[in-house]
Amino acid sequence: MISELFTTTVLIGVLASGIRLATPYLYAAIGETFGQRSGVLNLGVEGQMLLGAFAAFYVTLTTGSLWLGVLAALIVGALMGLAMAFVTVNLHAQQGISGIGFYLFGLGLSDLLFQKMLGTVETVKGFTKIHIPVLSDIPGIGEIFFSQTVLVYLAFALVPVSWFVLNKTTLGLKIRAVGENPDAADSLGVSVARVRYFTVILGGTLSGIAGASLSIALLNVFQQNMTSGLGFIAVALVYFGAWRPWGVMAGALLFSMVNSLQLWIQVLGIPIPSDIAVMMPYVLTILVLVVTVSRVRGPSALTKPFEREA
Amino acid sequence: MKKLVLFLTLVLSLSMILSACAPAATEVSATEAPAEVATEAPPAEPFRVAVVMPSAINDLAFSQSMYDGLLRVQEEMGADAFEFVYSDGMFVVDDAAAALRDYASQGFDLVIAHGSQYGSSVQEIAPDFPEVSFAWGTTVDTFDQPNIFAYEAASQEGGYVNGVLAATLSTSKTIGVIGPIETGDAKLYVDGFTAGVLATDPTFTVSVTYTGSFSDTALAAEAATTHIAAGADVLTGTAQMVVGAIGKAEESSVLWFGTQSNQTSLAPTIVVASQVYHWEGVLTQMIDLIQAGTMGGQSFAINLENGGEVVEYNPDYALPAEAQTLADATVQGIIDGTITITLP
Repeated sequence: MISELFTTTVLIGVLASGIRLATPYLYAAIGETFGQRSGVLNLGVEGQMLLGAFAAFYVTLTTGSLWLGVLAALIVGALMGLAMAFVTVNLHAQQGISGIGFYLFGLGLSDLLFQKMLGTVETVKGFTKIHIPVLSDIPGIGEIFFSQTVLVYLAFALVPVSWFVLNKTTLGLKIRAVGENPDAADSLGVSVARVRYFTVILGGTLSGIAGASLSIALLNVFQQNMTSGLGFIAVALVYFGAWRPWGVMAGALLFSMVNSLQLWIQVLGIPIPSDIAVMMPYVLTILVLVVTVSRVRGPSALTKPFEREA
Repeated sequence: MKKLVLFLTLVLSLSMILSACAPAATEVSATEAPAEVATEAPPAEPFRVAVVMPSAINDLAFSQSMYDGLLRVQEEMGADAFEFVYSDGMFVVDDAAAALRDYASQGFDLVIAHGSQYGSSVQEIAPDFPEVSFAWGTTVDTFDQPNIFAYEAASQEGGYVNGVLAATLSTSKTIGVIGPIETGDAKLYVDGFTAGVLATDPTFTVSVTYTGSFSDTALAAEAATTHIAAGADVLTGTAQMVVGAIGKAEESSVLWFGTQSNQTSLAPTIVVASQVYHWEGVLTQMIDLIQAGTMGGQSFAINLENGGEVVEYNPDYALPAEAQTLADATVQGIIDGTITITLP
């Protein structure tokens, strides 16, 4: 029974499924990383994802264009990010609570729009798998890494780009400065408000694309509350990844691979109770966190609204 | 101060815009005129029902089954005699409890808590409103309260029929089941389905996965992909998350059996049949009892015999004649009692 786990079919299945499952987490968590590195905690990721998912689905369904759908998700996510930025930066609101407020807003509005504009669950022709020539023919590896939809590739391409922006550019320096010591940054002429607006809007945009990756690439369907807690796990992954893009990717992959592993365990009939199997990704993530977290400190100004001292 | 005024103005205008966009009320009136003119004078006051549901009314599964049932009751009784309102998407139990209490205090005749997770809420709220009747499903527990009805679905019966058909149509002898949480009518369906497959051919492999959630559509889709990679050529599942799985099944031309609602519309090429819940019978029984003065204390079940569960076939799927005959015979056998479904 357990030996059946160690076959190539299972290995390929776990890795390929893990990569697909990780994609929405990756978009959302990378977006949230930017926001949190600049000091803003956004718990409304889930709401942004749901509205982005609906926007992408509806536009693709009515226009037939997938990229217009992605654009719609992008715009909707950016608008939600703009609203969150206004509430946290200009109104100095408590970030955790306003985030939850945006979550509920996104959840409710996406469902309302879905019921009024669509009325029933239906499918759409989403992004198809792109088989990268030559590379996708490699047995095993080809199927896992080089036969996915374009939004999956983009999610993983986002990781080195984000690392580069955060660590090797002036913009990244400003972001990190604003998140660590906004007073010092402000005294040196960095506009804290502008940086935070940028990161939060970027976070919203990426959350919108995360939603689109679900509704027009991975699942090709929209349904009420289809994210089912994904956004909150993405926020947790930022902490898990120590606010670094590569760490966030590692967390997303760990969580998703274990999730697909537990599915295979159930499919192969290995006698582990289903409740335990379902717990595995969460338990493992907590264990890894316990082992690694002691050395990590978050951005010092995280969740603190910035007001210029007179 | 200026910021406060600005913020309040924003909030006010936003809420006014949103409430203008929102429907006037969640009251539903009959979409078509009643089929026949009532031969007796309608009751002076309409019978008012309120429902709280854990997912959307168009989830093609659990909540939709109750919503459709209420619509059918309204069609039969007429919009003047029967009104209902609903709160859907109440997957947070505390919100649902608040909604239940709200409805009860507004004096509805029957308040339905459509979800086994609402049990403790109903148990707590019902004694405070002795003149309101509550109904709770899917379960048999009325908590010995005089104003609580309980209703459940014997979903293992339709599950068994689906299983028999699945075993007949499968060529790879591997069948996958995608369940949500191992509880309630989901577990009954999964167990009944497995029993049906193995009763038809004990050499079949039936793999069951539980995703641990009713709404995790992405995980249900990956579960379907995993089953298919393991060799399944027929799939089934329950709860609103299966729309993800149905999509994956359609991509790989794998057959699908549905439950709770008719899922044909989602994938007309591969859905063979669905066990559809018809709650109208149970609802009508409860309404009659309430109007006669009995507020609760009874439990009901929908099954194949009383027409509460119906196996609806996809007319666009070419089911072989022998398979159809076998399915009909199985349904009849379950109704007669000649077929017994042994659950683990």
